[in-house]
Amino acid sequence: MKAMKKNLIHFIALAVCVFVFSSTVMAAKSPPAKGAILPEIKLAVPAKDSDRSYLGLPASGFFKIPQIKARVVLIEIFSMYCPHCQGDARNVNKLYNMIEDNPKLKSKVKLIGIGAGNSSYEVEVFAKTYDIPFPLFADMDLSIHKVLGEVRTPYFIGIKINNDGTHRVFYSKLGGVNNPDQFLDLMLRLSGVK
Amino acid sequence: MKKSNCCLSVLLGIVLIFFLATTSYGLSDVFKDNIYHPENLKPTDSVLKVKIGDRAPDFTLPSVFGKKISLSRYIGKKNVVISFVPAAWTPVCSDQWPGYNIVKSIFDKNDAIFLGITADNIPTLFAWTNQMGDLWFPVLSDFWPHGRVADTYGVLRSDGTTERALFLIDKKGIIRYIDVHDINKRPRLESIVRELEKLNK
Repeated sequence: MKAMKKNLIHFIALAVCVFVFSSTVMAAKSPPAKGAILPEIKLAVPAKDSDRSYLGLPASGFFKIPQIKARVVLIEIFSMYCPHCQGDARNVNKLYNMIEDNPKLKSKVKLIGIGAGNSSYEVEVFAKTYDIPFPLFADMDLSIHKVLGEVRTPYFIGIKINNDGTHRVFYSKLGGVNNPDQFLDLMLRLSGVK
Repeated sequence: MKKSNCCLSVLLGIVLIFFLATTSYGLSDVFKDNIYHPENLKPTDSVLKVKIGDRAPDFTLPSVFGKKISLSRYIGKKNVVISFVPAAWTPVCSDQWPGYNIVKSIFDKNDAIFLGITADNIPTLFAWTNQMGDLWFPVLSDFWPHGRVADTYGVLRSDGTTERALFLIDKKGIIRYIDVHDINKRPRLESIVRELEKLNK
């Protein structure tokens, strides 16, 4: 009877522990859902002046994605080792150029890439190979990839930043840009930014 | 006593949760749901039979594209990077060679060729590497006699797969760099590039 009680206490302790920790750790097993907020991700301010200026960031330190000066931020989770990301790079560049060439969108919509499992060197190789014009960030230890639900690549997340600095995910989906015109239309429609 | 046992249970639970939550690969969607996910494997499971400074053992293996390729054909002409990967249709392997596929210019600049080898058979390698796009480098099958080349180099694991290993062989046929990597992790591209660049200094 005593042994049974002891086992029961152990079982309850284990169950409570699994419940409490699974809600924090295992929650990251799902990508950010539409309507939710991004998990907290800290990125180093890019070293390149042009990247800092594009994102409207201070000279150094770290920043959170919703601190980017924009109404909409499109985040591509990619890898230089991913054939679909390689194949879609031209489309993503075209999407960037369509945004930058449109005076109404230029300051409102920004694009960044996060290289899942890629070192800074590998991200740089990807950027050079495909002439990527927007800022890419390395996630060598997959820590960002993990909090974003260990998605396959390429994966796009769109967030809308409100005037008060709060934000909401309006798009979260596996797959590339494929058709830049349609993709941009979809992003503008879903975010409500014109 | 009860309290300490209870703490042990809590600790066990935490370890269990974190263990279950640490299998992150960053896998490309190109392979859809066709990737077999093994448990975390023993990092290495073989004993090297060659060392830096040795003459690289020659071999002839069938390539996915039909021709047989011998290491000796590159002697005096090219530096050679041999990449053994454990098995087709597994997570880390599937996201390794596609990266080398976009850096042909680095290999060209360093007068090097890349040879990919697994102990899978040709049909399996054909189906698998087809998902990676057009590869510029030969993919060789060390399937039969099973893993003989991997065994000659000392990178055949006890389950018949190979280690995740990189060998750099210079134009004289001498081994200049060996990286028998943790099978669960992908080697950084910069490591092999750095070694290639050293050959040309």
